[in-house]
Amino acid sequence: MVSTGQFVRTKAITRLLFSVGVITWLALVFTDLSILVSTANNIKPEVPTWLPGIILNLFILSLFYYYKLKIERDEVLNFVDLLWRVFATGLIATVTSLALRLVEFLLNDTKLTTHIIFKDLIYMINLGLMISFLMMAFSAWKRLILYQKSKWLLRLWAFFEFGLLATLFYNSFRIPLVEWLYGTLFGIFVVTGLVLSGNMKWVAFLNFRQKWTSLLLLLLTVFYLLYIFYTNSSLLESIRNVSTYFTDYRYHIFVLSLIVFVTVYSIFSFLVILFNLPTTSVFEQKLEEVVNFQRISQSIQTEQSEESVYNILLETSVSSVFADAAWLEININAREQKLFTYKITDKESHDIINHLNSHNIKGVFDQGSEKTKNLSKHLASLKGSRFRSILAFPIFVKGDNIGTLALLKELPDGFNKEMTKIVSTFSNQAGISIENFRLMEEALQNERYKEELKIAKMVQKSLLPTLLEQDKDFEIAAFSESADEVGGDYYDTLRVNQDMVSIIIADVSGKGTTAAFHMSQMKGIFHSLGQRDIEPDSFMIQANQALVYCLERGSFISATYFVINTQAKKIRYARAGHCPVLYYSASKQSLEYFKDKGVALGMVRNKSYSNFIQAYEFNYSCGDLMVLYTDGITEAKDNKGEEFGYDRLLATVKEVHTLPAKEIQDHLISKLYEFSGTDNIDDDYTTMIVKFS
Amino acid sequence: MIHIKRLQEDGADIIALIGEIDASSSIELDLAIAKSVGEGFIKILVDCSALEYISSAGLGVFMSYIEEFKDRNIKMVLFGMSEKVANTFSILGLNELLQIGKDKVQAKQIVNEL
Repeated sequence: MVSTGQFVRTKAITRLLFSVGVITWLALVFTDLSILVSTANNIKPEVPTWLPGIILNLFILSLFYYYKLKIERDEVLNFVDLLWRVFATGLIATVTSLALRLVEFLLNDTKLTTHIIFKDLIYMINLGLMISFLMMAFSAWKRLILYQKSKWLLRLWAFFEFGLLATLFYNSFRIPLVEWLYGTLFGIFVVTGLVLSGNMKWVAFLNFRQKWTSLLLLLLTVFYLLYIFYTNSSLLESIRNVSTYFTDYRYHIFVLSLIVFVTVYSIFSFLVILFNLPTTSVFEQKLEEVVNFQRISQSIQTEQSEESVYNILLETSVSSVFADAAWLEININAREQKLFTYKITDKESHDIINHLNSHNIKGVFDQGSEKTKNLSKHLASLKGSRFRSILAFPIFVKGDNIGTLALLKELPDGFNKEMTKIVSTFSNQAGISIENFRLMEEALQNERYKEELKIAKMVQKSLLPTLLEQDKDFEIAAFSESADEVGGDYYDTLRVNQDMVSIIIADVSGKGTTAAFHMSQMKGIFHSLGQRDIEPDSFMIQANQALVYCLERGSFISATYFVINTQAKKIRYARAGHCPVLYYSASKQSLEYFKDKGVALGMVRNKSYSNFIQAYEFNYSCGDLMVLYTDGITEAKDNKGEEFGYDRLLATVKEVHTLPAKEIQDHLISKLYEFSGTDNIDDDYTTMIVKFS
Repeated sequence: MIHIKRLQEDGADIIALIGEIDASSSIELDLAIAKSVGEGFIKILVDCSALEYISSAGLGVFMSYIEEFKDRNIKMVLFGMSEKVANTFSILGLNELLQIGKDKVQAKQIVNEL
């Protein structure tokens, strides 16, 4: 990006250069006239005779840089704009020159018109116009030539440009005119100009309309050039008859080389464009193919649905091969197809499909085919159809044929090999686009699912209590860590009254959001029933009754419910299918699993559940230990696939049964992780340890 | 991974479970039982002798048929469980809801008695 400051500076410099151009031109006119008048009257001129030459070169230099800034730096200009600028400059020059002629004609018989001063003035004006026209064209042609440049081309151009500028010095200092040097230099520049004129790549990028415009502009430009050259040379001759002491551009290598170069390039461009006209449509078509291809490729990023990819495929294919009609048949499932059509009715396309199918033509409509088929010969037998050519392409996504693209023409043999290739590429690309599209859709779905799990996990975590009931008779430590997938382990405590505390541990079958949902139901049940002094078995019976209505088929909840009575120092409990309690009795010095009975909640969906659950009772004393856990712990596997199991759990607790609850728990958890050998557990680990004192 | 084989003996459909039943393979177990019921069998024996592990989802499948079978008078007996698998059933209390035999002979006996 050009900064604003730079832009303003460039503008100021352009203006300055323009003023310098005007001033130098005026100076040129003045000096040239004074020399001419003096010599015509045989007086020794007061102005040195070499001065006009230098001023002319200054004029040329200022114009050179003026147009350099104006044309070369303007990035917005396109080819036709450039030609238009050259044409406009030529037009102004020609009109001004013609106006002068008119003035001359009107004053035809007066003495003034034959006067040398008047003639020279007219000549000077024409010379100035010619040089600015040439400089303008030079800058414009430079841009055209250097479009798509190579290193070699850049070097050649630099040689041409700087060489020409160098001749200005040669001309300024009137180095004694050596005929052969002059000729050689001029020859070199003419040849270089000719070589450079071979660079016409820009012509290919014009479309049909632009080519016509360019032809007209170039034709007029050439005409203006010829007119100006003619005017100047005739004026030159008429002055030359009077005096030789004036600025004669014919010895100026720069101006002469420019004349040759600008004219040659204009004529070359004109001819090249003219001969390019018939092939323009091919080039335009190729360009359109590229654009179409891009559109299909980009459709994956921008389009909202598969449908729009299909529509783009249809449109681009039709426009690339000039098809008269087309359809895209997409298989939604084995029996159902969806049609996207272009300039053809559904009925017509179905007629053709049925016709081809009924004639048992093995081809693209047969889903097994992988190849593009030209089915034109089969169309001939279909009566009443306006189409005589058909080309069909399969579209593949991950190796599955998801549909067929058919292109139709009313002409017989309307498709050539090129077209087949192009559309084949299109349909491949569309297949990729659709595949990417589906992958993205899947990724989004996954992302949504993950997000859901995250929420479920959060819900599950929030359902677990942060504080557990404590009592002078016991302390409780609890731990729960869930796998990546949400599990449904639940534990909680509630104080019923001063002497009673209820405890629950439960495991909801299944995982994910439903598990979290059932867990919250279990929590609700516990918090409503557990508030009251309720018998453990009737707790389970009521809980079962409540859960039957919300647990779906195949889901159940295992739970153990305890009521600790600190006054009577006894515990009543009921086990509904949950892992057996591991109990250490200090008095008996024994550590063992309780052997009891009870069916999990939700398994028996009628009143008979009361037959499958019962309450048990035992007394506790100081030093007793109750270890509650879920099956995630006993089923934790090591790298050989062996389970942690009940025996290992018992042994681990035995090592530390004398320690406080929290320390027993820490030991158990660290043993468990050590056993599984990984931090990535695949189930939930939940333990609750009650130590009596 | 679970591999399920079915064969018919004395008018009973024997579904043999080979391998492990976890959350994903429990669907296959469900399908196998549903198919057997769909084919009109009223005596279904489930051979668990090659069953190495069953998760709660797998147990849920058996559980889900209990009531339906009772209503339609279909008899299902499981047999040949390893100690570990039997323990899984008994912890949940499923041994009280399902008919479980020691071996095929005993299982056939139970099915015929019911």
